[in-house]
Amino acid sequence: MASLMKWLGEPASETQITHGGRLWLYLLAGLVMAFLLAPTIIVIPMSFSDSQYLEFPPRVWSLRWYDHYLGSPEWMQATFTSLKAGIFTMLVATPVGVMAAYGLFVSRMRIASLIFLILVMPIMVPVILVAIGVFYVYVQVSLVNSLLGLVLAHSILAIPLVVVVVSSALKSYDMNQEMAARSLGASRFRAFMVITLPQIRFSVITAALLSFLTSFDEVIVAMFVSGGENSTLTRNMFNALRDQIDPTIASISTIMIIVSTSLLVLAQVFGKSGDEP
Amino acid sequence: MSDLVLRSAGSLATQPNQTELKQDALRERFALFGLCSPALLLVLIIMVLPVGWLFWLSFLGEDGNFTLENYQRMVESKSYARIFRNTFEVSLLTTGICILIGYPLAYFLSQLPRRAANLCMITVLLPFWTSLLVRTYAWLVLLQRRGLINEWGMDIGLWDEPIKLVHNLTGTLIGMVHIMLPFLILPVYGSMKAIDRDYMKAAANLGASPAQAFWRVFFPLSLPGLFAGALIVFVLCLGFFVTPAVLGGGKVIMVSMRIATNIELFFNWGAASALGVVLLVLTLVILGIASRVLRFDQLLGGGHGS
Repeated sequence: MASLMKWLGEPASETQITHGGRLWLYLLAGLVMAFLLAPTIIVIPMSFSDSQYLEFPPRVWSLRWYDHYLGSPEWMQATFTSLKAGIFTMLVATPVGVMAAYGLFVSRMRIASLIFLILVMPIMVPVILVAIGVFYVYVQVSLVNSLLGLVLAHSILAIPLVVVVVSSALKSYDMNQEMAARSLGASRFRAFMVITLPQIRFSVITAALLSFLTSFDEVIVAMFVSGGENSTLTRNMFNALRDQIDPTIASISTIMIIVSTSLLVLAQVFGKSGDEP
Repeated sequence: MSDLVLRSAGSLATQPNQTELKQDALRERFALFGLCSPALLLVLIIMVLPVGWLFWLSFLGEDGNFTLENYQRMVESKSYARIFRNTFEVSLLTTGICILIGYPLAYFLSQLPRRAANLCMITVLLPFWTSLLVRTYAWLVLLQRRGLINEWGMDIGLWDEPIKLVHNLTGTLIGMVHIMLPFLILPVYGSMKAIDRDYMKAAANLGASPAQAFWRVFFPLSLPGLFAGALIVFVLCLGFFVTPAVLGGGKVIMVSMRIATNIELFFNWGAASALGVVLLVLTLVILGIASRVLRFDQLLGGGHGS
């Protein structure tokens, strides 16, 4: 108690304010952090409840909703589609985005900033507009409900993220290293692969993980252009949510939370030892 | 004299070489520039072309002739006016609440020692990386009639009967603020970290009270980040779909939801496109005005979209 009182009287920053004087700030910050974290954390134990009404804490624990999810061919197929779409989107958007970021950075053309603006456009345009526009075009070329169509649409949503993340890494990279490699006889491509890429690899990995998540979590475009056996997980979840609260979704949510948390951990682990200061 | 001759002879000898080198460099820059073309092509074909097509459709009537009726309807119809007002209200409220609770948290984080700040930052990053649909679902479960919030509220005695927290504006705002907060906190935190702490020391040294030092030194310096964050939140809110659709229960209708129903239920491409064009133009105008004040990479400092 005495040490608490002492701490309250201690100066808290460069001004003369004490910890006691900004106790309200600590309280407010704590509440906001709880607000941010709580909903996702609470869903996890709830998904193990036996009740239809998702109690917290569950009175009877059970794996009922996981059984329901794993035993349902529709949910399984949707999960598989989402995984495929995510992986293919990552495989398309990452190399294409890295190439674009590199090209824009080294060519130093005057229209580079205009091209950059066009490339990041997809994250500024409301997604619903991209969704119905793509839907309209896909109907004409019969790409609706196809995996290819879904991957292409998700790729343009992911490319801006790759370009932004990799461009910012290149900005702090010393291009003279590549010049040195080339003056020693390496081709431009070889110099990039051997010298530059290893040094920006952490941003490239972050960008790749973000691309995967962009596709895996995407709802609106998937709602319009995916369907039938290529329905995504999020599309089915969204449709189920509009009707009623299906407890199965709690178990799927828990799995999705685990997926995105592990990706975040991966990005943090790689990012920390990495190129960005 | 001889000096001059020598110099001009030298320049004569190097000139052809120089132009060739210049051309070579230019050719290489073009080749490198070509690296952008796959990305550019994808974005042009999959996004710019379809959106351009929608633009064209918005000027076509049901008989396929050029008409302005889709826009006329928007001006005349009361229901469209209400949707736009609704969208702006919800976006402004969400942005306002985000500023009110996000700014203090960003300030708190910026004052912490590095290790503690990184730890607390997880509470911001974890929701940021978690699926928007999952978070919306979590709120639906928490806020429903027999949900956790209602039960706790009644247990503590805050209210006696279950109150309606979801399928209305309250639920929509709670969900949207939760989703948008990281987009505000990250740029604000970034701009706060960039403020030299010696300024605050100097202010205190010159006799400023903590409040004065904050409002007259720290706050103005953090404004660019706050402005960028608020702008991202507002623009993302304008086009928001999933959260209001699930938590609004049909009582909160945003422009993007009306666009979707126009297509899904009425197959009315003209009306949907016209709404989309207006939404797009609004978004771009706001971003355009902002880009005159802010640098674009500052705006994009955030991350993964809605």
